[in-house]
Amino acid sequence: MFMQNVSVEMQPLHLALEALGPDGLKDSLASMMLIRAFEEQVDQLYLAGRTRGTLHLSIGQEATNVGALRALKSGDRFFSHHRGHGHALAWTDSPQRVMADIMGKTGGFCDGFGGTMHMADVKSGFLGGNGIVAGSLPMSTGVGLAIRLRAEDAVCLVFFGDGAANEGAFHEALNMASLSQLPVIYVCENNSYAMSTPVNSAFNVESIASRAAAYGIPGFTIDGNDFLDVFHCVHSAVRRARNGDGPTLVEALTYRIKGHSRSDRQAYRSRDEVRRWQEPDRDPILRFASTLIHGGILDEGDIAALKATANSRVDDAVACAEAAPKPDPSRLMDHVYA
Amino acid sequence: MRELSYREALNEALVQAMDANPDVILIGEDIGSYGGAFGVTRGLLDRYGPMRVIDTPISEAGIAGACVGAAMSGLRPVGDMQFSDFITLGMEQVVLQGARMRTMFAGQVSVPLVMRLPGGAGTGAGAQHSGSYENWFVHVPGLKVVMPASAYDAKGLLLAAIDDDNPVIFCEHKLLYNARGHVPEDAYREPLGVTRILRKGRDLTLVATSLMVGLALEAADQLAEEGIEVEVIDPRTLRPLDDPPIIESVIRTGRLLVVHEAVETGGFGGEVVARVVASEAFDYLDAPPLRLAGKEVPVPQSEVLEAAALPQLQDIVRDARKLVRNQV
Ligand SMILES: Cc1ncc(C[n+]2csc(CCOP(=O)(O)OP(=O)(O)O)c2C)c(N)n1
Ligand SMILES: [Mg+2]
Repeated sequence: MFMQNVSVEMQPLHLALEALGPDGLKDSLASMMLIRAFEEQVDQLYLAGRTRGTLHLSIGQEATNVGALRALKSGDRFFSHHRGHGHALAWTDSPQRVMADIMGKTGGFCDGFGGTMHMADVKSGFLGGNGIVAGSLPMSTGVGLAIRLRAEDAVCLVFFGDGAANEGAFHEALNMASLSQLPVIYVCENNSYAMSTPVNSAFNVESIASRAAAYGIPGFTIDGNDFLDVFHCVHSAVRRARNGDGPTLVEALTYRIKGHSRSDRQAYRSRDEVRRWQEPDRDPILRFASTLIHGGILDEGDIAALKATANSRVDDAVACAEAAPKPDPSRLMDHVYA
Repeated sequence: MRELSYREALNEALVQAMDANPDVILIGEDIGSYGGAFGVTRGLLDRYGPMRVIDTPISEAGIAGACVGAAMSGLRPVGDMQFSDFITLGMEQVVLQGARMRTMFAGQVSVPLVMRLPGGAGTGAGAQHSGSYENWFVHVPGLKVVMPASAYDAKGLLLAAIDDDNPVIFCEHKLLYNARGHVPEDAYREPLGVTRILRKGRDLTLVATSLMVGLALEAADQLAEEGIEVEVIDPRTLRPLDDPPIIESVIRTGRLLVVHEAVETGGFGGEVVARVVASEAFDYLDAPPLRLAGKEVPVPQSEVLEAAALPQLQDIVRDARKLVRNQV
């Protein structure tokens, strides 16, 4: 089932094993599988007309979603973006609530006010998705300032796409965070495209991480489809941030398997290109599963069981969200002012 | 009679403008192979090439500023903001630079740009992709603000906006892109600053913009069955506002209702009401003018909440009845 010649990557595996333990690694794979199963289901629901609005799916980016968030601990904060179902699932492990928000029902995070791009679970440190490309980046500076002023043992992580790195907000945020040596970790999910724009026609630099030099902070380009690489790099960045050594820019190279949103005809790329990214040497779930099998942490039977659990949790989430009441229109004005 | 969709009408206007004048260029995100987020620029990259159809990175301030600079240099750029909401990131270049420049520099330059803003709610896109921002720009001297409600006006007003020597904010509505209507083949212009009376009526003046124009016409049909004759007016250009037809209408009807999707406070309806009340029509008013607008809330994503936040057909009918039967 899994490809043969994957590098076993024992060194990073040992590091992750030390930090997360075997159960933590198994949970991480389960989380990635949950995201995959969830997003495939959401895709079907949309086609069947059971959700409305738009959708940006996380399929293909599970290792970055889960790997980065597993490097945080309780008390830390993070911002997601428009492609945020994976982040919400990885952090809250609550497919029911994510599904309720996507379907515009009550019982989710935001009771029909937010929707697919605007989930948040602020108490837990999940400071929200965002409909505005790069919208979270300047806000992460403010969160970093607050953490510093109150001398909290916490960091703020912010996810954004490759496209976001071409907004002015990106440059302003990184420079300010660098000047104040704020505990912020910038995780760029470089999934090769910003809507129809391939990365190589939006940048004249080798890597997005190289821009870190312009702000005097460390920058790393990593394999975003390798859970261990993501975990290791973000974990080190978090440690530096906690020690007062300032922000880090992490560029995780990954790939968006589905169209940008529901209305994307994908004329800008070939089916072959997409297929190549789904092969066992690139697919983040197959790769991590293979690593855990080779490392003797899981066997094929465990993997099948995890997959079955993911599927049934997603089925439950759909049933639960469909049964949940719609929001009551008389509550329309409830939250406009504090 | 040839029919086109609002989307096709806009596309045809761009083609006719670009064929006629090599200085017309397009700047925006995903306007090339993707054809624009709503398909308005489909086929234009192939037809005019990347020098004139400039597909940019995600950089709204950059797009807005490039339009201003190109316009100062004699080109006629048409910027595409993808969603109207994103103009908030390009505001400074449009408002503080483009709109102010001609006056600051004592008339030495003109800034003939068009900024297309696909706006409005009703698609479940949520609070950051559903806004109606026209009145933010109505407040800015130096800008013109256009808001077509039909395929016919979409084409004619876009061609006129491109000809115009001033910065023009061109407010489209996402739910209108598929709306079909009569669109002549020739490159006709609908002049900016000309209000249109769409339906005559003696009992009530109903001023509506954008998507609300269609609802206003439907409401007028319903009300006619109850013997209420509604005059429906679409200003089409919000700045500069051609108000005499509205004032004259209110003198005839004695009642005014203004409907728009943007929220009421600080909205365009306030301007219309103020102009009518401050005019000779004041003495003819049989009832206080009414505004019907979006609720004072960021547009929620879910269907029921979104619908509750937006003016609906039955709201227009209800308010019109109230006004005409003096039940205000
Ligand atoms: C300020 C702003 N500009 C444009 C958009 C429209 N838009 C939404 S997502 C997107 C592409 C984003 O690309 P990237 O940052 O690489 O994230 P990805 O979708 O690839 O995950 C665009 C253009 C937006 N939401 N906000
Ligand atoms: Mg991207």
